[in-house]
Amino acid sequence: MDLLQQYGPALLRGFGYTILCWALGTVFAMALGLVIALSRHYGPRWLGWILQIYIEVIRGTPFLVQLFVLYYGGPLIGLRLDALPAGLLGLTLYGSPYFAEIFRAGFRAVPLGQLEAARAIGMTEPAIVRRILLPLSMVSALPALVNFSIILTKETVILSIITVPELMYQVSRMSAETFRFVEANLVLALFFWGLVEAISRLGRRFESRVTKHLIERT
Amino acid sequence: MQASAVEIQKVNKHFGPFHALKDVDLSIPPGRVTCLIGPSGSGKSTLLRCINFLEPYDSGEIRIDGRLMGYDAPGRKMGGRALREMRRSIGMVFQQFNLWPHMTARENVAEGLIRVRGMSRADAATRAAAALAKVGLADKMDNHPSRLSGGQQQRVAIARAIAMEPRLMLFDEPTSALDPELVGEVLSVMKTLASEGMTMVVVTHEMGFAAHVADRVAFMERGELVAADTPAAILHQPQDPRIQSFLRTYHERNSF
Ligand SMILES: Nc1ncnc2c1ncn2[C@@H]1O[C@H](COP(=O)(O)OP(=O)(O)OP(=O)(O)O)[C@@H](O)[C@H]1O
Ligand SMILES: [Mg+2]
Repeated sequence: MDLLQQYGPALLRGFGYTILCWALGTVFAMALGLVIALSRHYGPRWLGWILQIYIEVIRGTPFLVQLFVLYYGGPLIGLRLDALPAGLLGLTLYGSPYFAEIFRAGFRAVPLGQLEAARAIGMTEPAIVRRILLPLSMVSALPALVNFSIILTKETVILSIITVPELMYQVSRMSAETFRFVEANLVLALFFWGLVEAISRLGRRFESRVTKHLIERT
Repeated sequence: MQASAVEIQKVNKHFGPFHALKDVDLSIPPGRVTCLIGPSGSGKSTLLRCINFLEPYDSGEIRIDGRLMGYDAPGRKMGGRALREMRRSIGMVFQQFNLWPHMTARENVAEGLIRVRGMSRADAATRAAAALAKVGLADKMDNHPSRLSGGQQQRVAIARAIAMEPRLMLFDEPTSALDPELVGEVLSVMKTLASEGMTMVVVTHEMGFAAHVADRVAFMERGELVAADTPAAILHQPQDPRIQSFLRTYHERNSF
């Protein structure tokens, strides 16, 4: 009990950072992923190749390594970032290729005819993306987007390596100072379980709302 | 002789090595119904899609009310803005309806009015309601496509096109995906449209519609436009053996 009194506030603050890193990291990564997917969809071929290489490189290396390179290697090329911004940038870069691929698959699942119908009445391509392509791609993409967002919650613990004071960081400190490894990691597990549960519930609610009219009535 | 609504001259189209349209010539008279018939794979859809440039043609000319479609000059494609401008006055109805499933019937019709015509939501909703009433769907406006029959979906698709006040309407086998008992309701909407003087190009396998509603019938085979004439001349006294054989197959298949 003293333990909780002593470390509770720090753990809560850590959890706050975890949620912050996850939420911002997910939003940024998703946004960058969308930009990448759209660029590959509409952009010139050479851009597609460059983005393809980017995707392969990021997906082919561990997040830990990327973060190290960014945080400790960055200053060598003049990119000096604090731990938190570096962590967010890392999460964004790390997550974006996965989101890009999810969006790409979603785009491909949209029936061409529904896009042609929009082109035939003279809608602009940006309007078609916003009004037709994106909403319809969500039918197939949304579960995967939620799923990868959940995976990203767990990647946030790696930010502790570069001293972002998130939950894992606090938990490590607590276990190092008190040797109460079991309790500390139990707290970690409980917090994450709650977070993941909340996200998947939200995701399911969102999903059923978005796909309400999209699933063919049989 | 009035100027053509659509003048197609020596149009060619390739898909890779495959020659899908071969020197196609065709005039579409304004205010009339032109039916395009022919065997499967003869290039009817391709020709129709070239008219609104959903499919870019390789050579030749397609002029809509005198204006070259899709190109500023031979070989130089027109910009997106000019293309959209031309497409605004061409309505298209697809075999698979292609309604947007996440929007209600009314939203489907209003979308183009808002995004393309720049109308306010309220005005667009009023206009959409009127277009839907015209195709007999006043009571289904707030249904999503998944809650409409095939015939109703196709009528929404027609409403979506006519709400834009096009000068030309293209139909690609509008009844082919429908159960037989739903074909009539769609054809009757099309007949009404024809009687109001809409210029229409209809790719169809409904020979009855071609015989009774069309002013002209054009027959295609293997990417060639074989003949274009009155329905009687094409359907009752065809000269070309290819048309004769097509009609024989058609009659055999539809007799019982
Ligand atoms: N995008 C494409 N890529 C390659 N070949 C195509 C493409 N679209 C059409 N074709 C080919 O062009 C030919 C003409 O096709 P089209 O769809 O115009 O025929 P159609 O007369 O409309 O036939 P149907 O009555 O079956 O609809 C066909 O042989 C088809 O396989
Ligand atoms: Mg066809």
